[in-house]
Amino acid sequence: MSVSTVTKTENGFRPTGASGGPLLEVDRLSKFFPVGGGQTLKAVNDLSLTVAKGETLGVVGESGCGKSTAGRTIMRLYEPTAGETRFEGRNIYKLKGAELKKLRREMAMIFQDPYASLNPRFNITDIIAEPLDIHGIAGSSKERKRKVEELLELVGLRPEHANRYPHEFSGGQRQRIGIARALAVRPKFIVCDEPISALDVSIQAQVVNLLQELQKSLGLTYLFIAHDLSMVKHISDRVAVMYLGKMVELAESSELYANPKHPYTQALLSAIPIPDPQIEAQKERIVLSGDLPSPINPPSGCPFRTRCPHATEKCAAEAPEFREVKDGHWAACHYA
Amino acid sequence: MKDNRTAAVTKQMFKRLSFRPPAEMIAGESVPMWRDVLRRLVSNKLAMAGVVFLVLLAVMAIIGPIISPHDYFTNNLDRTNEPPSSEYWFGTDSLGRDLFSRIWMGARISLIVGLAAAVIDLVVGVIYGGIMGFVGGRTDEVMNKASEILYSIPYLLVVILLLVVLEPSMWTIILALSVTGWINMSWIVRGQILQLKNQEYVLAARSLGASGSRILFKHLIPNTLGPIIVTLTLTVPSAIFSEAFLSFLGLGVQSPAASWGTMINDALASWTLYPWQMLFPALLISLTMLAFNVFGDGLRDAFDPKLKK
Amino acid sequence: MEPILRVNDLHVSFRARGGEVQAVRGVNFEVKKGEAIAIVGESGSGKSVTAQSIMRLLPSPPSFVKQGTIEFMGRNLLELSEQEMESVRGKDIGMIFQDPMTSLNPTMTIGHQITEGLIKHQGMDRKAARERALELLRLVGIPNPDTRFGQYPHNFSGGMRQRAMIAIALSCNPALLIADEPTTALDVTIQAQILRLMKDLQERFGTSIILITHDLGVVADMCDRVIVMYGGQVVETGSKWDIFRHPQHPYTRGLLRSMPRLDQPKGEPLIPIHGTPPDLLVPPQGCAFCARCEEAMEVCVDHDPELAPVGGEGQTAKCWLHHPFAKEVQA
Repeated sequence: MSVSTVTKTENGFRPTGASGGPLLEVDRLSKFFPVGGGQTLKAVNDLSLTVAKGETLGVVGESGCGKSTAGRTIMRLYEPTAGETRFEGRNIYKLKGAELKKLRREMAMIFQDPYASLNPRFNITDIIAEPLDIHGIAGSSKERKRKVEELLELVGLRPEHANRYPHEFSGGQRQRIGIARALAVRPKFIVCDEPISALDVSIQAQVVNLLQELQKSLGLTYLFIAHDLSMVKHISDRVAVMYLGKMVELAESSELYANPKHPYTQALLSAIPIPDPQIEAQKERIVLSGDLPSPINPPSGCPFRTRCPHATEKCAAEAPEFREVKDGHWAACHYA
Repeated sequence: MKDNRTAAVTKQMFKRLSFRPPAEMIAGESVPMWRDVLRRLVSNKLAMAGVVFLVLLAVMAIIGPIISPHDYFTNNLDRTNEPPSSEYWFGTDSLGRDLFSRIWMGARISLIVGLAAAVIDLVVGVIYGGIMGFVGGRTDEVMNKASEILYSIPYLLVVILLLVVLEPSMWTIILALSVTGWINMSWIVRGQILQLKNQEYVLAARSLGASGSRILFKHLIPNTLGPIIVTLTLTVPSAIFSEAFLSFLGLGVQSPAASWGTMINDALASWTLYPWQMLFPALLISLTMLAFNVFGDGLRDAFDPKLKK
Repeated sequence: MEPILRVNDLHVSFRARGGEVQAVRGVNFEVKKGEAIAIVGESGSGKSVTAQSIMRLLPSPPSFVKQGTIEFMGRNLLELSEQEMESVRGKDIGMIFQDPMTSLNPTMTIGHQITEGLIKHQGMDRKAARERALELLRLVGIPNPDTRFGQYPHNFSGGMRQRAMIAIALSCNPALLIADEPTTALDVTIQAQILRLMKDLQERFGTSIILITHDLGVVADMCDRVIVMYGGQVVETGSKWDIFRHPQHPYTRGLLRSMPRLDQPKGEPLIPIHGTPPDLLVPPQGCAFCARCEEAMEVCVDHDPELAPVGGEGQTAKCWLHHPFAKEVQA
């Protein structure tokens, strides 16, 4: 697979990561849900991005922007309405049977809710060994036990706890168990779906540091979905901002924070409170008026125009193209 | 407390400790969830009284007719309508049959019907509901409609229709049960599975490549076990009561076989003269219903995670 | 200025299987008129239990106040009858909860829920109450108050519900507003709207505010004074300037260090606080933070420090590092 052949698409663009070849390419992906009455909820609408090997791509947005649906569709937990996701060049929605099962060993997912993501009737060994059991690589029961203990140590838990049940652990510890399970089959790529948003502040840093250490030592690639922009900035090489199922901006992370092009990104960044009274006192805050429109009936043209302080008639008439406004900095705004 | 804070502090205590990140220890012994449930159930005295009664009932259903000196079907017209005595422990009925033996034979029939109802619930109800919830979509719609149609047919009507082609007996009642008795269970299982299948641990299993049957049997059904068991403790007594009721009406078990329902019917005509003929079966039906009820309540409380802390 | 609320040595516990969870263990603080204070802490720190004890909203059993007083405008709220308390709630103290959906009644119109308190506490007639309710809806920035008045909570979005909740809480001009994680369930852009609204209202009406939150960022914008809670105790208090610029308790320092900041260049790994908060079923004998503290000393293990004045004006910290011996030995 060569890099040059896959970055070109029919409409001629796709934002690519700065370093390394792309491991994952999402190409015009859409996922609509029927909601009855002949209406559809456009959870993800024409999303394109690439993730380079070894990179962390952050995806941020507010609730209902489609970021979790995007993550699940990329994992093929949902079948897409349109578009492709290519993992190492193969369209994952075309894979079947043994090939699909093999793909499941290469992509893994970490979930948001440390309480709901572990089966309460399994003990820790059975939870962490589940991927080994599914793929028939657990080996003898002694070997299975040894592998589980190794994984527990990898995520900073004590092997003695292997026979305990999820409800005996704290939120942060459960999240580590979820990470150990994701790592059991040595995946190359992990979708982290809000892995820290349910955790206490002092625990979040533990989990984020663990994810970063694992990335370094195991050469992992992450798609990191979150609504906490400070944390996304910290962990990501590049950041994608979503609004109402659409991608509105994508850039290298310090560039995005220093120089946001899209008015939504600007508002989002200014809304985040910073733990420093001095900065807060001086900050010019853009307070958006109104609420998020429904993704069932999104506004015409630019989805953000109903709340945008700079909206013009053109924004209602015509959907802005997602274009490269600066080297490696993409935005979907007529005026960026 | 206060004293120990201020008085006992000395300078030597202010040496810095070398910091070791605290070990992620978990206090207490490991308690699997089912053992937790069991412990809460055992600590519920009323529920345990129900269990004890049901166990005694089962034991007596097995050994009662054996230890009695008389069998349950032989008429003894010299000894009709006798009150309880050292020879006939519960007395005799109008045909001189031993009521002690008949009561426990009746218990056998009740428990067999109850057991059959449980098996039907578990096999048909759980699988049907499991498929509805798990497969979803069109399949769910069609199967759900079918079960609603079946549910709308009154149980009594089913029994009467079956009697057109079959002799009235315990088996007719069980057959009628298997037509409609499992529907409630299937709905409960369906609801639970619909709820559970979007839980993140199920998504996690899917993302790891788990097959449909693994998800259904390893993740979904085990986590539905609580509601399934609680539903069973409602279905079983209602099946037992239905049998007694139908037998009372003459639509079920026929003489000389003994059912609590037929025994009450037999005793009805002369219950003012021979009240014990009515008392024993009536008491046993009531106590059995009560025992299942308190046991079911106890189980529900034991499974309810909200009461956990 | 005269404090309107004074919490003295409050201890609140919950009876649980296996013993007593000591959720609040000796909390002291006061709120002055017109002041906005924040109580910051993680889950299990006792911040919400403290707030709910002030409103006497905790179900008893399993909860019970073991010790302490809560003086509000000269009366000990813990000694009031349930009836007297009802007139305090809503009239003198308003409360906003984290999840507006569960704290609004889904079967009553928003208008009805606002006017209810006005009619009950202010003795208004239906018409005057309606006028006032419309005024309140306008005040909290709900567009088309006439239509919104007759709608039900499910017709409102999350942010709008929280606005309606604020309108209800403010309807009787309470002297104190308790906001328990008011923006945790909301998105950041909506959070900014709600925080601005609360701040405006506080400045306009001179309402005192207790803001309960886990988000230090929210505090920096909203409040004058900060109370940091950990393991059921107050570990540090001070002006927001002192707390953010010169934190004196290792826990506060650790919290600030473990959060990435949007305004700082990335690259450095975060410095986490190791371990997990103490189990309040068996609270530690010494300092609650000792097991996770990198600066812990021998004394911290089984001697509980006092909350004592340190550093900035009105700043206090509950830490042995500020004991004169510590400086001598360490030096």
